[in-house]
Order: sequence, then structure tokens, then C-alpha cells
Amino acid sequence: MIDKTYSPLSSKLHEWVTTADHKKLGVMYIVCGILYLFVAGCEALMIRWQLAVPENDVLSAETYNAFFTMHGTTMIFLVGMPIILGAANYFIPLMIGARDMAFPRLNAFGFWLFFFGGLLLYFSFLGGQGLSGEEGAPDVGWFAYAPLTSTTFSPGSSTDYWIISLFVAGMGSIMTAINLVTTILTMRCKGMTLMKMPIFAWMMLVDAILILIALPTLAAIQIMLLLDRQFGAHFFDAQAGADPLIWQHLFWFFGHPEVYILILPGFAFVSEVTPVFSRKVLFGYPLMVVATVSIGFIALGVWAHHMFATGLSPTILAYFSGATFLIGVPTGMKVFNWIATLWGGQIRFATPMLFAVGFIAMFTIGGLTGIMLAVVPMDWQLSDTYFVVGHFHFVLFGGLLFAIFSGFFYWFPKVTGKMLNETLGKWQFWFLFAGFLLTFGPMHFSGFEGMPRRIYTYMPNRGLEFYNMLSSIGAVVQVFGFGLFVVNVLHSLRKGKPAGDDPWDAWTLEWSTTSPPPPWNFATLPSIASRRPLWDSKHPDDPDWKYE
Amino acid sequence: MLVFGVIGIIFVVTQGALVWSLIRYRARGDETTEPPQIYGSNPIELAWTVIPILIVFILFLVTTRTIYSLDMQEPPEGALRVKVTGHQWWWEFEYLDLDFVTAGELHVPKGVPVFLDLRSADVIHSFWVPRLSGKTDCIPNRENHLWFQADEIGTWYGQCAEFCGTQHAKMLIRVISEEESEFEAWVANQKLDAPQVPTPLNGKEMFLSLACVNCHNVNGIMMQGGFAPNLTHLMSRDTIASGAAENTPENLKQWLRDPNSIKDGCRMPNMMLTEDQIDSLVEFLTTLK
Repeated sequence: MIDKTYSPLSSKLHEWVTTADHKKLGVMYIVCGILYLFVAGCEALMIRWQLAVPENDVLSAETYNAFFTMHGTTMIFLVGMPIILGAANYFIPLMIGARDMAFPRLNAFGFWLFFFGGLLLYFSFLGGQGLSGEEGAPDVGWFAYAPLTSTTFSPGSSTDYWIISLFVAGMGSIMTAINLVTTILTMRCKGMTLMKMPIFAWMMLVDAILILIALPTLAAIQIMLLLDRQFGAHFFDAQAGADPLIWQHLFWFFGHPEVYILILPGFAFVSEVTPVFSRKVLFGYPLMVVATVSIGFIALGVWAHHMFATGLSPTILAYFSGATFLIGVPTGMKVFNWIATLWGGQIRFATPMLFAVGFIAMFTIGGLTGIMLAVVPMDWQLSDTYFVVGHFHFVLFGGLLFAIFSGFFYWFPKVTGKMLNETLGKWQFWFLFAGFLLTFGPMHFSGFEGMPRRIYTYMPNRGLEFYNMLSSIGAVVQVFGFGLFVVNVLHSLRKGKPAGDDPWDAWTLEWSTTSPPPPWNFATLPSIASRRPLWDSKHPDDPDWKYE
Repeated sequence: MLVFGVIGIIFVVTQGALVWSLIRYRARGDETTEPPQIYGSNPIELAWTVIPILIVFILFLVTTRTIYSLDMQEPPEGALRVKVTGHQWWWEFEYLDLDFVTAGELHVPKGVPVFLDLRSADVIHSFWVPRLSGKTDCIPNRENHLWFQADEIGTWYGQCAEFCGTQHAKMLIRVISEEESEFEAWVANQKLDAPQVPTPLNGKEMFLSLACVNCHNVNGIMMQGGFAPNLTHLMSRDTIASGAAENTPENLKQWLRDPNSIKDGCRMPNMMLTEDQIDSLVEFLTTLK
């Protein structure tokens, strides 16, 4: 009998929807993340359009508040998280020489929770009601401070959409984290002790543990807030006598580790790309591991530096200031180790390397402005101003996003079997780099001039026009960079040069299999003797394991 | 500032080392062998662990000293005490020892410490006048403190620095610092009840007969509201709607006609007044000197 419903397209679709393969799930995570990157990018463009001149009326106050809330929420939960989880999903089994993740079906479940959580959040544009009852999407900020989120000040359903959609997506992240920890701890190939894992795997391990500690806190307070809103509980209800600072403590107990959850995978990408394109082994691998683990620990103890202006006691201020300074030490070690990796190498400026170097330079600036914000009296001036917006965009755009592009250009050949176009890639880098500096550099100055965050308009003649115009022009320059990226990907998928198994002459296990890898990853499971198994096979006369 | 110096040096050293290695060690295309593999170096790695620890330790000590030196829970001798209450989306200033209330614009004498009790009537706000001091949050069910001293005469702009809802952007502050004598004169006027001036268009009666008095107080005329700014000496202020517009009769009329046209989403309702009612109300309001 012939199945009349069969068609190539529906069978293809069926294959992707039902898959539990870590590589397919990884690709779906990353594709979703990139689509949301463009959605959140459009929201950012509208924000910059509105702020280009004082007293602009492109967006109403309500729409602006919804856009900055959705921009932040989307970038963190629907762009950053899926891209890093997707990359971990795809490459952890390949790098540690395994055939799949430890729990493939849990993996698929985690992805679909993220997928529908994201759709639910965006459905709020149609189905929700905002503070004023006019707009749909959540408009209480991605941090959703109590008591603005109570039904008194946020009637309608937009805040409920924020709670439930992020709760659902967050559950997916927690499951994927459980999966990653288990996979890394139990499924490494023969010979791969913990200290012989690729540094990528170490950073993803610490990252997954941070997710396991931080995200349940968010899930818990979201449920508490939902009980407040729907069933009249009083966890955060200031009018019933609750202390609104409890929300801030619990939120930032999730929220600050989240920053490191986002940036550690950035470190991971750059720590793989930098050695390959410098043609040198990563400098100081054990110290990198120590630094990564210390960042994991310290990241859990710095949350109140988001709250320096809330009237905390001097003792608490001093502690959180000190802890925040301290996290600069392991972060600094990493920067120094990357530079030492470059030192004495033969640096090839292919596109992945351009983005990796851009990452090191821009992330360092973001780190240094972070040290400035840790100085409590300076924070009292700069907290909640555009200085902070500039600071964390240097970390998350110049840092994480550049690292993501670095990894994207580096591993795209492995995933698709096609090379991306180098010329377009380099143009993309320079447009993004220039646009990035022009957008986020001036924000440090408008912050110093006294421009608070999250304002939909500002008064003329207060020294803000020039910096805001520069930022908006920078946003337009970035559009060209992102446009080139789309053109490059679409073009290369069809007509890209064939990549071969190992186009970059790299050293970790994923480059030992075909591009794209077969569903079972490796014909025979590998066995390794050092951190760079492919270096050993390429240089049998001078293998790595002699020196480790 | 020590911090700028330290940050500046670290910036120059790291970016310098980065750029130098990018230029010096770039591939020239004629390499036949891989460069020497350097796996690490204990003395060097120890150096860039210990030196940053020393740097942050010094920064920590300096910061802690400053935190304690700025900490002030009790008002200093001779300070002007003001209770600041953040509302969606305006500021209420109650001069505690002088016993009167105003809104949006804070008058202070030059060279005198001003000690603020910060509170909130609804959500979290943050009081911030950048050129006078750092910011401190106004949190419901809590009382925070902030102090500053304006050593020059002038108008200092500030605004709410914690997202507090729709009109967070137009929750502006003006601090007006003036000579002691001017300040005294201003205080003396603020303490008076509203002037009783004849209003031919029956403005005062109109004000009392509409819903205005449910929220707005005017000392000596009607004192049953309090949710909205006290209007007793409205005309002594430069701005209305917490700095959203200049205080002119035209703007007052527009504000009464449609508050959302000046401050979209604000808590003052559009009362659907006729032009005659508006003219008569503004006649009354402009007598509140």
C-alpha cells in the first residue's frame, strides 16, 4: 500500500519535530536564537529611533516601555540562552567523544519547552494588556521589580505572560543543564580525564551548574509572584506590608549568576578559537580551569551590587563591593591567558579570529567599567544610568555576541559542510565593530551627563542630544553588519565552498569526524591521550601529552 | 581619582599587549612549521594572579573607607530636613521643621546641608540630582536617607532613576539653591494659606464644585485630598506635572483640557471640562501665588 500523505517536505518536518538527536536540537536552538536576535534587534532599533532626538514621539511611553522590556527579556532568555545551550548541545558530545547527550529525550523536551515559552512571550503582543490597558507586551522591565508588578500597578495580563512564558522556558534550560552536567561527568571518551577535557567542556560544565543553582530561584519567585497576582498572596505586595526588597534580593540571586551563565560560553568559544588561529596551545590551561571554577563560586555571591542604591547598610555594601572586585581577578587571569596565547604565535586573521580578538578587547573594556561600578560611591552616581547600559552592552554585545559570531564562523563548516564567505564575514565584522563602538561608547558619556535608563524621552538642552544621536547612528551602521550576516549565511548554505573535515587545521575531536557529522558522530569511539588529540595525530614526533 | 588611574593603567597595559601581539605575531604566510608551543608558566601566571588581588584589595579598602565616611543616618547639626515622597509620577516635598508641603521643585539655601527622608507612596522610585549627590531609592515600607549640600546658587536638574511605570521619564526634579534671604522669603510665602483674591469668573467656586479637591489640597480653602500635588502656591513653581511643562496659563489650560497630551498615561484624569470651566479654573489657579 502507498502512503498518500507522504511528501519530502512533511517527512523532513516530521524528522526535525520528533528528533532527539543532540545535533538537530542544537541547530534548532541556534536557529531560533538567531531569529529572536533579529526580533530583539528590531525592538532596539525602534528604541534608538525614539531616543535619537529629545521629546521624540515615534513611540508612545507605553510602547517604549514594552519594547525595552521585551528587548532585554528576549536577548537574555530567547537569544543568549538558546544559542549557548544549542552550542553546548551540539559540541559537547562531539568534543568529549560521545554519541549523544546522556538523556536525549529530556533534551528534546527541554528544547520544546523553550520553543513554546518563547512563542507564549511573543503572543502577549496580541493577547496581553499592559500597565495602561492599551499595549499588549510586558512593560515592567526584564527585572520586574516589585511592587510595580502587583495587580494594583500592573493590571491586565502582560505581567502574567512574562511570568509564565519565562517559567516554561526556564524549566527547559534547567533540564538541559541537568543533561549537560550528566553528559560531561559520565560520557567522556577513553583517556579523557577531567583535566584533559577541552576547555570548552569545562566552561560549559561550570555554566550548567550555575544554571542549576540560579534558574530555580527565578522559577520560585515567578510562582510566588503569580500567586500574588492570581490568588491574592502577599509575598511582594507592599500595600499589605511586604518588603519589596525581597524580590530584588531573590531576583538578583538569579540575575547576577545569569550574567556569568551568558558570558562563560562566550569565554568557551573564544578559548577554542584563539589557540587554533594563533597556532598555539592555550596558555595556562590549569589556571583557566581554576579561574572558571572561581568565577562560578564568586558569581553566586555578588548579587547585591545591583542594589547599592537601595539603602543597604555600610557593612553589606562593603562586602558586595569587595566580592565584586574579587571576581575581576579570575576574569583578568583569563584575559591575560588569552593574550599570552596570542603572544609568540602565527596569528591568522580569518573571520572567527577577528571576532575573537574583538571579544577580548571589548570584553576587557566592559570588565573595567564593571570595576568602576563596583566602587560603591561611583555606583550611586552611575547605577541605573546609560553608563550601565554601555557597560553591559560591552560585555554582552562586544563580549558575548562577538564570541557567538566567532564560534558561528568557526563551526559553521562543521555543522553544514560549507564554508562561510570570508570577504563578507570580514565586512560584517568591521560594520558591527564600528557600529557597536558608535552605539555603546557614547552611552558611557550620556550616563555621566545624568541620563537615567528606561526613559522613553528626555529634555532638550541637558547635554544629551549629541550622545544619543551618535548612538542612533551607530545602530544604523550595525544594520549593515547584520544584513551581511544574513546574506552570507543564505548564500553559503547554497553555494559555499565545501569545508572538508578539518578546514581550520584544528585540534579537538569534533574535527576528526565528517562535516556534517553522521548521526552516530564517530565510526568508532575515540580514545585520547591529551587535550589536543588531533595535534598528537598530526605531530606524532612531538605530542602534547608529554607536556601536560 | 584613584579608580580612574588604576583602570586607565590596566586598560593601556592589556590593550597595548593585545595590539602589540596582533601586529608582532601575525602570520606572514611563509611559515612552514607551527610556532613553539608554550603550555604555561607558573611564575608569570602567579604574577597575574597576585598583582590583581593586591590591586583589588587596595580598591576595596579605599571604597570601604568612603562608604563609611558618607554614611549618615542622623541629620547633621543645622541641616534642613525634608521628607521626600515619590508618587507615580511626581515628587512631594514636606519641609519637616518648617511645616509645609510642596511638589516637584525643592528650594534649599546655599551652603546648608540638606537631609532627606526618602519614602514612596506606591512603587520604587529613586531620587537623583546628579550634580548634587548620588542616587538613593524610595522604597515603600522603608525609609532611606540622603544628604547633599549645594555650595552655589542655581537650578539643579534631576529625575527619578528607578523604572516606576509609564511616565518614569517625566518624573523630573528641580533643586533650586538660593541665598539664605531669598530662601527665607520663599519659606515665609509657602507657610501662608492660599491668598483670598476675588475671581470674577467664579474660579474658586468652580474649583470647589468639581472633583479637583478630592486629590489636590489648597491650604485655607480645602484640605481633604492629598493624592496629588498641593496647589496652595502653584504659581511659585516654574513647572507643572513634575517638570513636564513650563508653568504658563496656556500650559495649565492644556493640562486641564487633556493631561495625556502633556504626560501620556499620567494619573490625573481628563475631566472632560468645557472651555468656560477651564478658563475659570485657570483664573483661580493663577491667583495661587
